[in-house]
Amino acid sequence: MYGKGILKGLGVTLKRYIDTYIDDIRWMGKRYYKSEGIAHRSSKDARGIFTIQYPEEKVPVPEEFRFIPFLVYDDGENGEHILRCTSCGICPKVCPPQCIWITRTTNPATGRPIPDPAEFYIDADICMNCGLCAEYCPFDAIKMDHDYELASFARNILNLQSLSKSASYYEGIRPINATKENRARDAKLAARAAAGVKAE
Amino acid sequence: MTTPAPVETLDLSTLLPGFVTTDTRPGYSGWVVDKNHLVEFASKLRDEFGYDLLTSVTGVDYLPDDKMEVVYHAFKTTGGPVLNYKVQVPRQDPIEVPSLVSVYPGVELQEREIWDLFGIIFTGHPDLRRILMWEGFEGHPLRKDWKEAYFEEESKPFKSRWPDGKIVQAENNNKFSDNIAYPAGFDPEKWIPEGEDALYGSLAKYEYTSQDGIKNDHIVVNLGPQHPSTHGVFRVSAVLDGEIIANLKPVMGYLHRNHEKIGERNTFLQNMPYTDRLDYLSSLSNNFGYALTVEKLMNIEVPERAEYIRVIMAELTRITNHCMALGALFNDLGTFFTPLIYLLEERELILDIFEAVTGSRMMCNYFRFGGVARDFPEGILEKIKGLVFERLPKKIDEIDRFMSDNEIIRSRGIGQGILTAEDAIRFSATGPLLRASGVPYDVRRADPYSIYDRFDFDIVVRQNGDIYDRYMVRLEEMRQSVRIIQQAIKGLPVGEFQTGKPQYQVRVPAGESYGRVESPKGELAFYVISTGKPSPWRYHVRAPSFINLTPYGHMCVGQKIADIVAILGSIDIVLGEVDR
Repeated sequence: MYGKGILKGLGVTLKRYIDTYIDDIRWMGKRYYKSEGIAHRSSKDARGIFTIQYPEEKVPVPEEFRFIPFLVYDDGENGEHILRCTSCGICPKVCPPQCIWITRTTNPATGRPIPDPAEFYIDADICMNCGLCAEYCPFDAIKMDHDYELASFARNILNLQSLSKSASYYEGIRPINATKENRARDAKLAARAAAGVKAE
Repeated sequence: MTTPAPVETLDLSTLLPGFVTTDTRPGYSGWVVDKNHLVEFASKLRDEFGYDLLTSVTGVDYLPDDKMEVVYHAFKTTGGPVLNYKVQVPRQDPIEVPSLVSVYPGVELQEREIWDLFGIIFTGHPDLRRILMWEGFEGHPLRKDWKEAYFEEESKPFKSRWPDGKIVQAENNNKFSDNIAYPAGFDPEKWIPEGEDALYGSLAKYEYTSQDGIKNDHIVVNLGPQHPSTHGVFRVSAVLDGEIIANLKPVMGYLHRNHEKIGERNTFLQNMPYTDRLDYLSSLSNNFGYALTVEKLMNIEVPERAEYIRVIMAELTRITNHCMALGALFNDLGTFFTPLIYLLEERELILDIFEAVTGSRMMCNYFRFGGVARDFPEGILEKIKGLVFERLPKKIDEIDRFMSDNEIIRSRGIGQGILTAEDAIRFSATGPLLRASGVPYDVRRADPYSIYDRFDFDIVVRQNGDIYDRYMVRLEEMRQSVRIIQQAIKGLPVGEFQTGKPQYQVRVPAGESYGRVESPKGELAFYVISTGKPSPWRYHVRAPSFINLTPYGHMCVGQKIADIVAILGSIDIVLGEVDR
């Protein structure tokens, strides 16, 4: 019979259409604009409509998601920002497209380098979001961000000021990694303190 | 049938005295063939020793030794390790090497690429034109003394970045205003592209007289480079006799960025994220191939857990790639968008897993030399299990049910774009294209790497070599990948995911290495030469979708013009890899 295939095909799409409404009723209005609904729509049990209505809805980003590096600072006693970066130069060396530029601070009296960056630039238009800088930083100072909404009318050249973000922000976006690193850092400090005590 | 002799016992220098010597450089293997005996040697190797599949041809510029080298990698389709041989020629223009097109037609595009990038003339090549660069281009960019417009230093890391990094935007560094060097006396405004003439001239005569004395015209039709059915910026130049294709040539290079030159400037590790950008639909397979190649050179082992993670990720990649390939093929065949979107849903769910594990959906950059970048995060295994044990088998069956008996798919697929087994091997086709033609050749079985020898899976073969069979091979391969992942998840051990401490500057001993994996598109191989420095001396990508285009014209001749698109869709190309 002619047209059987067309009817069959229409049946397939109709089923999907109905599936959407079945799930809507089952989820009682929680299927849209709610994080559990979005999570459900991108799980193995997802049926019917699949799309996420960006920007009203956003897919939650996983912890490891990486987008453009930033520099982490700790809050000092008087509320000043203490950058973790020591301008050791590993990130500009490992950066595949070579988009990181660092000027090291030197002590004007002695001419010796001070472990603190005087200038730090990332050309975000060249950055390929590979995450190697964050991976190989020995001081947990440079980390990959979660903020992906960077559209702008000009080139995104990030300087020290726009790159710096607080440690609490970092702990907010990557809680598991941050706890792990904090623990490792504390253990190292404790070990060093213990060794220092012994040496005395 | 006797088992073929392993390569180690095959002493070619005594079997073929006079034209072969052993390559004795430290870290190198294989044979050095005398240039004048190359064609004879290659035909002997193919006919008497069974090396019927010449997968890769590439050039190497040994500037300090004042030598150019052409490296060939040959395999048997019955399986086994590589046999590589080289031809060395002095580095004075004109550099000439005999072409192997008469023995292995599969080298046609590759020899053109070597001419384009190294300036080695292949005598006897039927159509030696530039392929990736444009016709008016001056110089041969992969030569060691050629410098790009943005040239800063021979190798990264550049000294200007630290400790006195003052930001300079790359475009201000450019000594040419337009990022290209014109030859002396060249004016682009007055230029008439003689390359086009050469292209059309290589296709066929336009005018011919038929048997009854009537003068006829052939028409040249260009499809692309801006055409939605070419899967990217790819151009097809076809000569038509009415509606029938009389001859056809692929034209490429619109997305060329000289990946291999960038690779030679990079350090070994810095190349890893760049490999993601080759075949951007299956970045983890590219990572896999590159990691294997460098690990071979470094001679390091990968921990068990990392091997399992690698296999799981690579097979998930195969499923995502085939989802995309089949969806696009359906589009090309005329079943517009609904099946593609259904397949993209499954792909999307797998990309969610990639994002959670590697940090990125497509540019994964996950493999490291001696392992992977990080372990599976918590809870991801449940997600993968849910997909491969529950959802994916059902969905693949669903696509099978919807599409395999579909009248459009069958009538446009069966018997169209046929590539016979002999032709597929001659044209160096690999991957689903080769297997659909009845050759059960899969690198995972023919020359097992990583831990693929531990898994129980079938090599999917179909016999007819037409579009429909290529579709069926891909569909069935998705099922086999699900099977492999199911076994890998069951066997996933606990333990380390990387050998040694993570290093950003690896020590790679001098030597050459050819590492290959079965990427979703075919045999993906990397040929890396190290001189012991932080950057590779030569970094070559044997791109499967580029080489799978060699038989494209052959498959199309005699077909209708509408099949150009369908056959291209069945080859499954990604332009990031074709143009590199």
